[in-house]
Amino acid sequence: MSAPNNSFDPVEVTPLHPDEVARMREEALAAIEAAADLAELKEVRLAHAGDRSPLALANREIGALPPAAKAEAGKRVGGARRDVGQAVKARQAVLEAERDERVLVEERVDVTLPWDRAPRGARHPLTTVAERMADVFVGMGFEIAEGPEVEAEWFNFDALNFQPDHPARTMQDTFFVEGPEGGESGMVLRTHTSPVQVRSLLTRELPVYVVAPGKTFRTDELDATHTPVFHQLEGLVVDKGITMAHLRGAIDTFVESFFGEALRTRFRASYFPFTEPSAEVDMECFVCRGASMGDPDAPCRTCSSEGWIEIGGCGVVNPRVLTAAGVDPEVYSGWAFGLGVERTLMFAHGVRDMRDMVEGDTRFTSAFGSEI
Amino acid sequence: MRVPLTWLREYVELPADVTARELASRLTLAGLEVETVDELGADLTGPIVFGRVLEIEELTGFKKPIRYCRVDVGGANGTGEPQEIVCGARNFSEGDLVVVSLPGAELPGGFKIGARKTYGKMSAGMICSATELGLWEDHTGIVVLPEGFGAVGEDAIAALGLREDVLDIAVTPDRGYALSMRGVARDVAALYGVDFHDPAEMSIDEPTGEGHPGAIADSALADRLVLRGATGFDPEAPTPLWMKRRLHQGGVRPVALAVDVTNYVMLELGQPLHAWDRDRLDGTVTVRAAEAGEKLETLDHVQRSLDVDDIVIADESAAQAVAGVMGGVDTEIGSTSSSVLVESAHFEPRHIARASRRHQLSSEASRRFERGIDSQVQLVAATRAVRLLAELGGATVESAYTHVHHPSEPTTIAVRTGHAGSVAGIDYPEGTTEKWLRAIGCSYEADGDVLMVTPPSWRPDLTEPNDIAEEVIRFEGYENIPSIGFKGSGRGLTESQRLRRAVGRTLAATGYNEVLAYPFVGERDLDGLQLTADDPRRDNVRLANPLNDEEPLLRTTLLPGLFKALARNVGRGLTDVALFEMGLVYRPRPGAGRAPLPPVDRRPSDEELARIDAALPEQPRRVAVVLTGAAEHTGWWGPGRQASWADAIQAARDVARVAGVGLEVEADALAPWHPGRCAALYVRVGGERVLVGHAGELHPRTVKAFSLPERTAAMELDLDRIESARTKVSAPEVRTYPVATQDVAMVVDESVPVGDIGSALAEGAGELLESVRLFDVYTGEQVEEGRKSVAFALRFRAGDRTLTAEEAGAARDAAVALATERTGAVLRD
Repeated sequence: MSAPNNSFDPVEVTPLHPDEVARMREEALAAIEAAADLAELKEVRLAHAGDRSPLALANREIGALPPAAKAEAGKRVGGARRDVGQAVKARQAVLEAERDERVLVEERVDVTLPWDRAPRGARHPLTTVAERMADVFVGMGFEIAEGPEVEAEWFNFDALNFQPDHPARTMQDTFFVEGPEGGESGMVLRTHTSPVQVRSLLTRELPVYVVAPGKTFRTDELDATHTPVFHQLEGLVVDKGITMAHLRGAIDTFVESFFGEALRTRFRASYFPFTEPSAEVDMECFVCRGASMGDPDAPCRTCSSEGWIEIGGCGVVNPRVLTAAGVDPEVYSGWAFGLGVERTLMFAHGVRDMRDMVEGDTRFTSAFGSEI
Repeated sequence: MRVPLTWLREYVELPADVTARELASRLTLAGLEVETVDELGADLTGPIVFGRVLEIEELTGFKKPIRYCRVDVGGANGTGEPQEIVCGARNFSEGDLVVVSLPGAELPGGFKIGARKTYGKMSAGMICSATELGLWEDHTGIVVLPEGFGAVGEDAIAALGLREDVLDIAVTPDRGYALSMRGVARDVAALYGVDFHDPAEMSIDEPTGEGHPGAIADSALADRLVLRGATGFDPEAPTPLWMKRRLHQGGVRPVALAVDVTNYVMLELGQPLHAWDRDRLDGTVTVRAAEAGEKLETLDHVQRSLDVDDIVIADESAAQAVAGVMGGVDTEIGSTSSSVLVESAHFEPRHIARASRRHQLSSEASRRFERGIDSQVQLVAATRAVRLLAELGGATVESAYTHVHHPSEPTTIAVRTGHAGSVAGIDYPEGTTEKWLRAIGCSYEADGDVLMVTPPSWRPDLTEPNDIAEEVIRFEGYENIPSIGFKGSGRGLTESQRLRRAVGRTLAATGYNEVLAYPFVGERDLDGLQLTADDPRRDNVRLANPLNDEEPLLRTTLLPGLFKALARNVGRGLTDVALFEMGLVYRPRPGAGRAPLPPVDRRPSDEELARIDAALPEQPRRVAVVLTGAAEHTGWWGPGRQASWADAIQAARDVARVAGVGLEVEADALAPWHPGRCAALYVRVGGERVLVGHAGELHPRTVKAFSLPERTAAMELDLDRIESARTKVSAPEVRTYPVATQDVAMVVDESVPVGDIGSALAEGAGELLESVRLFDVYTGEQVEEGRKSVAFALRFRAGDRTLTAEEAGAARDAAVALATERTGAVLRD
């Protein structure tokens, strides 16, 4: 360590002279302000704030000053350097922002370019509608039950109170399965999803709350309004103290969730062998809400100006069905309903021709996407 | 059942302001569904008047004889002068009373009447036929009215009943009573709370002796037979206009008086009747079962071989009618029959239903018998018929008649008074059930809160308490059943149901469109698939009554349906098509017999249920895809990629991955796939390797057979088997130390499947391996002929430390060593 140089006059060290420091500071600040881009700024920074810059060199001179002068000179030079450093940072930020703005503008792309690189697929709307229908009931505490499509006549007819000679047994045009050597097989393509009722009662613990969506078959030729293969959603409740009011509640919930709030439904007395009492279910036309009835000036295509749309059948499970399924009709009661999936899709989405749902044309399917 | 409103009003005091539409809607809600309301004559406008033919001038020189008539229409034409009308009919004479539509009138079907020149004469108006007036079908000439029917010049529209509203009711199989005016009227009266006049209420004297001999051979076939005769009948007597009109409106064709009367009574009371020519009957009329080999020519001129289950009406020589279905030609009432025997019987409904189906003969009679008619109305109906024959055909009713009856116990139903309410979920006021029981004709005795109900003879459908409940609820109004919320006991979807939805969504997300094809296939499809004669997929369920004789079989694979849908899409100009289907296939069980039909008065035994299910074919759920065209499109991003076998196999992998199941892929050669581009797909079920399907490019012959684009690829998987391989996922340990990657390039014979090398590497690499991925396959100059180079990226990571280069290298070496040992692949230098 060298001895203090008391005789040295700081004023006489030129670089540390206040005017000189101020000049260097002003020069640096002016250069910084004049830097037009980041490269220039980098040069300016090296020239005015780098290790070899006039202020840095001046700073080194401080060490040689007598202790009494050091503090003042240090304060003067340090202040100038701090100002220069801050100016560089500020200018750096400004120039970076300018650069970013420019570059990002230059990197702009046409975001409207398509990216249909991979073809799109879709599920069949009948599948998704059936799922949605089922889910409405799952939300009410139903489970989804299933059964075979090639079904025993016993399940499809007998257990459902279709007597062997009852006219109802010929009401449905049934596909019969050929037995060995062309004889009878005792099997059919199920004509409705109702056999799942019996299967559910035979295999499940009571109470039973199930819906059974599925394929059904009747010998109708394909045309705009018929198809030999179609889909139903069966519902079945067997519990204690069950009434038709609950049945109506279930149907109303379905109608509201599919077709709109506050749509009225109505039951009409009807006949099915496996329910007694039986009813057809109509819902108020969700398009005209009945306004087209008797108004020839405002016809409604959806309901043919009838004001009501038939959506399915239902009724109280015939005690004979319960008996055949081993359920005591003195203790339990229940109801069942059947809704058409095709019909629901046609009404809910304006499908006009049954064939569109059958042919597998991807233009039809893809309009519906993966969920409905 | 067609119900003319004016006829109905004869039995019901229906308020005058009730319209046909309003009535239709009430009836429909109450279970008699009115399909249409026919407003007959609604489009008809006058003047249509009665006229008298004054003068007929025969015009000659035309292709057919033509008459030029002068007809007195009174003042109806405004002048009082006779109307001059040209007429082509010849069934009338001067002085006859006829119906004339004057110029300005419009007849049914928009037929406008005017004055025009025809056959060289001015013709102003028309003398009308029954068909032109919409009365009934008659092409034999104009309507000639009996003297006194109407006054000349008066309006004929109302007098002839040309305007009528007819309800067409679709009667459900349980409501046989509603196939009669009487039955419909009773329900209408109950619905409106008005008086009902029963047309079956009439006084009938006791017989003065036995009529034509009759017998019921077996009371199981019929329990009542009435034979009632009328003599001195004028077979030429015309059926009055009102009856013909009602028959026509009721949907029955008028024929001749004797037959018309039986049909009229059938519409009125619901009892089918048969009118015999008594002179053609040989002795006792017997209701009996047909004999084996017995034959009968029915009225429709079809020779029918009778079944021993058929009921016949026979005389002493032969069967003369299929009871309840159709009569025979030999005893048909003819234009000379003056002695008529009316037969009225109650047959066992199920026999009639079977006979009707067996002979494919559904008649007005069989429809009623098989639904169940009134079991006590036979004498009333026969009496009503012979009285009409007397009144309209000049006959004399015989006071002696035959009435054979085998009485049976009436049914009684015990029903609680509150039962209907507890079924409907409504608290009906006291006495509600009783009120409606009376309205429909039931009698009852009260025992506390239980009613012992005896249904009337016309309601054989009422057998159980719920039948009574339905009657009460429908009259109280189905529409008044409240809507009540509830909560079931379900626990959501099953694993399998959720998996299926996820599989469908995944395939849709990867570009496949779902189709729901029909399951019907034919031999041609199986041949197109190139199946060998002994291929198990040729063992199909066969339909006894297919829609299309070319497609009598049920599918054993989803592929034909997908192929047809693909071809349809391509045929409509779509080039890039990827389809999938999820559904059942049907595989008969070897040696499966007939599915039994156990009784339904109890639960079937477990053994009976097992036998039913053993007869049913196996119905596994499959998922399949087919695809052609671009799997990726060409675009501004660069070139696209054609769909290939690899996409089909990848679809299988995607399905397996949704299920969380590993898929093992192996080369195979199975129809309908290209033998060199076919993969067999396996899963592991508890260590066992299970075949789950195939994928790849289709065989060129299959492509041709189904008219598919070249190189079409397909995949089919058994979803049930995939499901059976699912295991519960245990959470993995997520290692957070740095990864060590090692690339490995190996050279191997071209024939070695890459999959084998990958799995050997994975197995040999040990516990530190995080993943192994193939990133290159190379053949060409850099490797020898017949060899290929394969490159894998291996990632290693430990859970407790950063791996050293030595550790990662050792793991890689172990992986390579096993791959070399298993497949002969050597590390490339």
